[in-house]
This record gives sequence, C-alpha cells and structure tokens, in this order.
Amino acid sequence: MNFNPNSSFLYTIATIVITFVIVQSLFFLIRAYRRAKVIGMDMGQIRKTIISTAIFTIAPAFSILLGVITLSKFLGLPLPWIRLSVIGAITYELPAATTTANALHVSLSDTIMDPKAYSAIAWVMTLGIMPSIVLVPILLKRIQRGILSIKNKDGKWGELFITAMFLGMISAFLGMVFSDVRSGLVGWIPIFILLFSAALMAICGVLVKVRKINWLQNYALPISMLGSMAFAAIITPLIK
Amino acid sequence: MNNKNKSYDDMTHFYGQIWIWTAIVLLLCIPASICIYYNAWPGFTPVLKGLLGVAPIFWTVGTIEVITYTPMLGTGSSYLAFVTGNLTNLKVPSALTAMENNKVKAGTEEGDIISTIAVATSSIITTLIIAAGVLLLAQLAPIINSKALQPAFENILPSLFGGLAVVYVSKNWKIALTPLFFMIILFLIVPSLAGSVGILVPVGALISIGAARVLYKKKMI
Repeated sequence: MNFNPNSSFLYTIATIVITFVIVQSLFFLIRAYRRAKVIGMDMGQIRKTIISTAIFTIAPAFSILLGVITLSKFLGLPLPWIRLSVIGAITYELPAATTTANALHVSLSDTIMDPKAYSAIAWVMTLGIMPSIVLVPILLKRIQRGILSIKNKDGKWGELFITAMFLGMISAFLGMVFSDVRSGLVGWIPIFILLFSAALMAICGVLVKVRKINWLQNYALPISMLGSMAFAAIITPLIK
Repeated sequence: MNNKNKSYDDMTHFYGQIWIWTAIVLLLCIPASICIYYNAWPGFTPVLKGLLGVAPIFWTVGTIEVITYTPMLGTGSSYLAFVTGNLTNLKVPSALTAMENNKVKAGTEEGDIISTIAVATSSIITTLIIAAGVLLLAQLAPIINSKALQPAFENILPSLFGGLAVVYVSKNWKIALTPLFFMIILFLIVPSLAGSVGILVPVGALISIGAARVLYKKKMI
C-alpha cells in the first residue's frame, strides 16, 4: 500500500474520531441540560451560558486550527486534525512530532513520506500524553472524596481550598507573562496585552454593576479576550 | 443497585467511565490501524526514542493536570475535557467563567451541570471550527497565517488570563498576593521556565493553598 499522509484512509479515521468527540460532547451537553431543567435551574441563563461559551471559544479554536495548519506541512492534514481535536494541544503535539522525527533523522521541512516514521510519530503522540486521560477514570472519584472530606470537616475552608487552587493556576500563567521582560520593550508586549485585557474586563464589570447592563456579564470574557487580541495585533508591529 | 436509585453524579461517573475508556481504546486504535493498513510497524526503539523526549515532561504535566483541574471542573466536564484536550487555554477557563457568571460553586451539582454545559459547548464549537477549517483550508490558511494576525494568536494566554485575573484576583486578592508575587519573581529570575508552566501550576496551587490556610487561621479571610 503506497503511503500518503493525506490519504482517504487517514481522513476516514479522522472523521470517525471527530464524530466520536461530537457525539460524546452532545451526550454530556444534553444530559446536563435536562438535569438543569429537572432541578429547576434558570434555563434562560443556561442558554446564555451556551451562547457566551460558544463566542468565547471562537478565538482559541482558530488558534488551534493554526496549530493544525502548522503541523500539516510536515504530517499532512488528517493526523494533526485528529490529534488537536482529541486530547492534544499544539504545545505537546509539536514537540512529540519533532522529537520523534529528530530521533529517526527525518527532515521536518518536507512532508513525511515514510510510513514507519509516520506511525512512530503517531504512537509517540498517543502514548506520550496517555496519563492525562487514563488517570481520570482511575483517580477522579478518589480526588472528589478527598475534596468532600475537606468540605465536610470545615465547609468554609473547603470553598477557600478550591478558590486557592484556581488562584494558584491563574498566578502561574500571570507570572509566565513576565518571563520576557528582560529582553527589552518587546518583552513587555504580553504585559501590555494582559493589562489591556484586565482593563476591558474591569470596564465590563463597572458597566454591569453601575450601569446595570446585565447581559454584558456573560460576554465580558469574550470581549476582553478578543479586544486584547486585536490590541496585540495593533501594538506588536508598532513596538517591533 | 438499580440505576434508577443512583444519583445524577453516580450516573455521570458510570457514563463517563464508559465514554473515557472507549476514547482510550479509540486513541490507541489510531496508530495501530495506521501500522496495520500500511504494514508499517515502526519497532520498539524509534517509539521509545521519541517517548524519551516527551514522556518525562508530559506524563508529569498530565498527572498534575488531572489532580489540579478535576476538582475545579467537576464530574461530567472532567470526563469530557480530558478527552477533548486544550484544558488550560480553553476548557478550564470556559468552565470557571460559566460557573462564575451563573453564581454556582465547583463541587456542587449546579456547578457540575454548568461546567459540563460549558465544556461540551466549547468542545463542539472547537471541533466544528477545526473541521470547517480543514475543509476550507485553501481559503482560510492565508488569513490565519497572515502576519497581521500572528501577534493576536501568539498572545492568547495574556489576553485570556488578564480578564480572568480581574474576576478572581479582585475577589480574593489577599489569597492571590503570595502566589502571584512568587510566580512573577520566579519567571523574572528564570525566564526559561515559561516552557514548563504546566509543572508550575501545582506549585502555584500549593503556595496559594498555604497562604489561604494561614490567612484563614488568622481570621483574615
């Protein structure tokens, strides 16, 4: 069988995987939506949540698509399409592909035509990220029992514990934005963007609380994110 | 016990386990079917060589992500988000923001429902956009790859976390000060750590939990 990284066989696999992801997502979405109705949650607010999450997702989804395009130059389209629709992220898939290609002395500048190297990369991409999916069914109940026991002992501390975890995650990513400042003004660009995003969110917050523009609350994050991405596109060429 | 007597959370675990184990089998079938169809088995050594380059970091990050993110996400969205991926830049912020806007807490049934709805919506939209992008690649590639848009895509994380910080840090600034100060100093001293930020998430979480505990004991929060 002649190998082609863009063959109809690989597109068929991609279609099966993408269908699986959509069906699984729809299954959980419908189940949660029905449960919300049963326990009397505000369904209007739930529908707003769906719309605002969809809007918020658009920009990161295009960035993921950019990752698919980047990898497709070397791996063809189907494999990056599969990998970035299921489990993967470009931050992992790119090093996995390049490390394996380097180990096999395969050039990254041309489209891969060696089926053995291609299958080796597919195995490394799959196995190299396995713990994050295998550990969920094994550990999830235990982790939840641990959190529940903290909450049962002291309800207020249980809530603070979860809040502190959120803040720990946010702090790590906020700190990372400062990693390039020593490289001069260019290194400050991510900080300017961060501050712009924060300012947009603060303005949205004021408009919601003071001006009572309540619909804005659901769209504040997409607005601050898309607004600051636009800001990034404007200030980066000016500074560079 | 009959399924009818089980709670929503019990049944979410039941269905979640089925879906996630099916996903694991499906994931393993992808490289296996490539090997069988093209009769191209790479052998143990090339795979091991590739794995040695990524597994030590990504197995650690993967394990850390499970421990850190599952309490934030809740049951249904954990089973879904860890299959569909892109947790840090998409699924976790989606879930957190949706819970915040709906004024529900992680770890409650309402929180679990909202988080699941957010992660499922985000997964569907992402999958559809990527699929549409693949189908319309010739038309979309020049736009997405354009130099004008490059800085926007390169700065998704500051664009996202700036807004999130206002929501969470402003409400809990006393807890946030210590981990934030620590992380900024750390990244200023060792900029190369930016590539392993995933490993620093639990470090930030531990510092934050420690700071919260001290403040709580001193009745300052």
